Amino acid sequence: MKNIALIDEPVGFDVHAVRREFPVLARMIRGVPLAYLDNGASAQRPNAVIEAVNDYERHHHANIHRGVHTLSQEATALYEAARDRVVRFINARSRHEIIFVRGTTEAINLVAQSYARPTLKAGDEILITHLEHHANIVPWQIVCEQTGATLVVAPIDSHGAVHVDEVVSLMSPRTRLLACAHVSNALGTVLPVRRLIAAAKARGIVTLVDGAQAVAHMNVDVRDLDCDFYAFSGHKMFGPTGVGVLYGREQLLERMPPWQGGGEMILSVSFTKTTYNSLPNKFEAGTPNISGGVGLGAAVDFLNGLDRESAHAHESALLEHATEALSAIPGLRIVGTAGDKASLVSFVVEDVHPHDLGTILDEDGIAIRTGHHCAMPVMEFFKLPATARASFAFYNTLEEIDRLAAGIERARKIFA
Amino acid sequence: MELNDLYRDVILDHNRRPRNFGGLEPSDASVEGFNPMCGDRLTLRLRMAGDAISDIRFEGQGCAISTASASLMTEAVKGKTREAALELFARVHQLLTEDAAPPADELGKLAALSGVREYPARVKCASLCWHTLAAALQAANSGDLPAVSTE
Repeated sequence: MKNIALIDEPVGFDVHAVRREFPVLARMIRGVPLAYLDNGASAQRPNAVIEAVNDYERHHHANIHRGVHTLSQEATALYEAARDRVVRFINARSRHEIIFVRGTTEAINLVAQSYARPTLKAGDEILITHLEHHANIVPWQIVCEQTGATLVVAPIDSHGAVHVDEVVSLMSPRTRLLACAHVSNALGTVLPVRRLIAAAKARGIVTLVDGAQAVAHMNVDVRDLDCDFYAFSGHKMFGPTGVGVLYGREQLLERMPPWQGGGEMILSVSFTKTTYNSLPNKFEAGTPNISGGVGLGAAVDFLNGLDRESAHAHESALLEHATEALSAIPGLRIVGTAGDKASLVSFVVEDVHPHDLGTILDEDGIAIRTGHHCAMPVMEFFKLPATARASFAFYNTLEEIDRLAAGIERARKIFA
Repeated sequence: MELNDLYRDVILDHNRRPRNFGGLEPSDASVEGFNPMCGDRLTLRLRMAGDAISDIRFEGQGCAISTASASLMTEAVKGKTREAALELFARVHQLLTEDAAPPADELGKLAALSGVREYPARVKCASLCWHTLAAALQAANSGDLPAVSTE
């Protein structure tokens, strides 16, 4: 028998076994198998997450931290166990440092309103980069309006890379906060966050990392990064929507006033004096997304159960194959060619608008994202109204990328 | 639903060679339409003779559906009164969104847009130019120059 040159997974990673864990990947779209290449927008859920949420809803739901009855205690235990899993997942020091929020956006807004707003004064500076998602731009613009602080934007180069020296050169005695992405959602660039954080720390600058696009692709260790805040979303790491995490260094969280008032975040309330609850509850007013938290805990278990090094190697193989296959298409230009990239390819095709491409690929069962990716300054930098973006997870296959390439060729013919 | 029902020859032709494309100086109204969802952006300029659109041109950047729709629209409304143009907008809107579409012969070439109905995410692409036209007709009336967004 002839050797087949194209193996669909590196040794040690059985992509087809992993795919069986994700029921939606077996779906047919318009009569053809789904090729889900929109993981940067939202990743799919494995059985383990679906079943954990289902089990919670069927057998354990009640409000948490309140009742003395069995269900309330079970729900509380499940929710808090999920928090403990997150503590270990990102190597936080304690459960006091893990605040459950709706997602990355809420996490960043919490820091903006509870840390930055009371701390910053007119003339202070918040430093971000040019490739941030709107969720890591607009909350700071709001704080700047509220405090008179200034937003300073570090440049990217024509590959979409961020250079440490250029960011450092913008750190001034007035810089109070550095907020940057770990991985760019629009370009895939992996930022040199460790070095950026070290440089900021040496200057007494507080740091926040938007990890929305990172947690699904790499091990994140907040103590190794040494950041003050780290934000991420459950649904981009194979968990449910509507739940996410703000990691914060305990000393900072202790000093911060509550963000929202209500139940859960108090110890005692009278009309003259309210005493706030301790961490993390101080930042968790109201009944949270309990089933979402439980599902997030299950997603952490699922990721821990994978050989993440092999999964990462598989993703790198996907990126390499996609870069090669797409580069070979005439008129196609990859946008974002930094040396260190997550498994994501943003691109434009001559004479085919990304939106039309998205519709045409959908006809072939291929799901990609098209548009500005909530990163309009990035689009402006590259002088593009929009790009098409294929973003991969470890459950994608080389064959799906070949189908993507064939679909793009088909679109080119339609518009030829 | 077939792709070639969305990307009919008329649509592809008007995307490749948009009619009435470019600037118009002087104009009685110039309005920018913007679809923040996808970045489609067009500037529509028109000149009025009394109550009728005597000339209309557009420029900008957009997908094939948005470009073709704008091109077809300029052809369809040139020479029409304000009222007739807005009446046509109502019919095109029906065509794009309702299953009980108006008879194709009343819409002429615009009927080529009927495939869009099966792609709800693309309705905004086709309707952006019409919303912009409505704003431009109002601006020509009042002398304002508003911007339009489909969001």
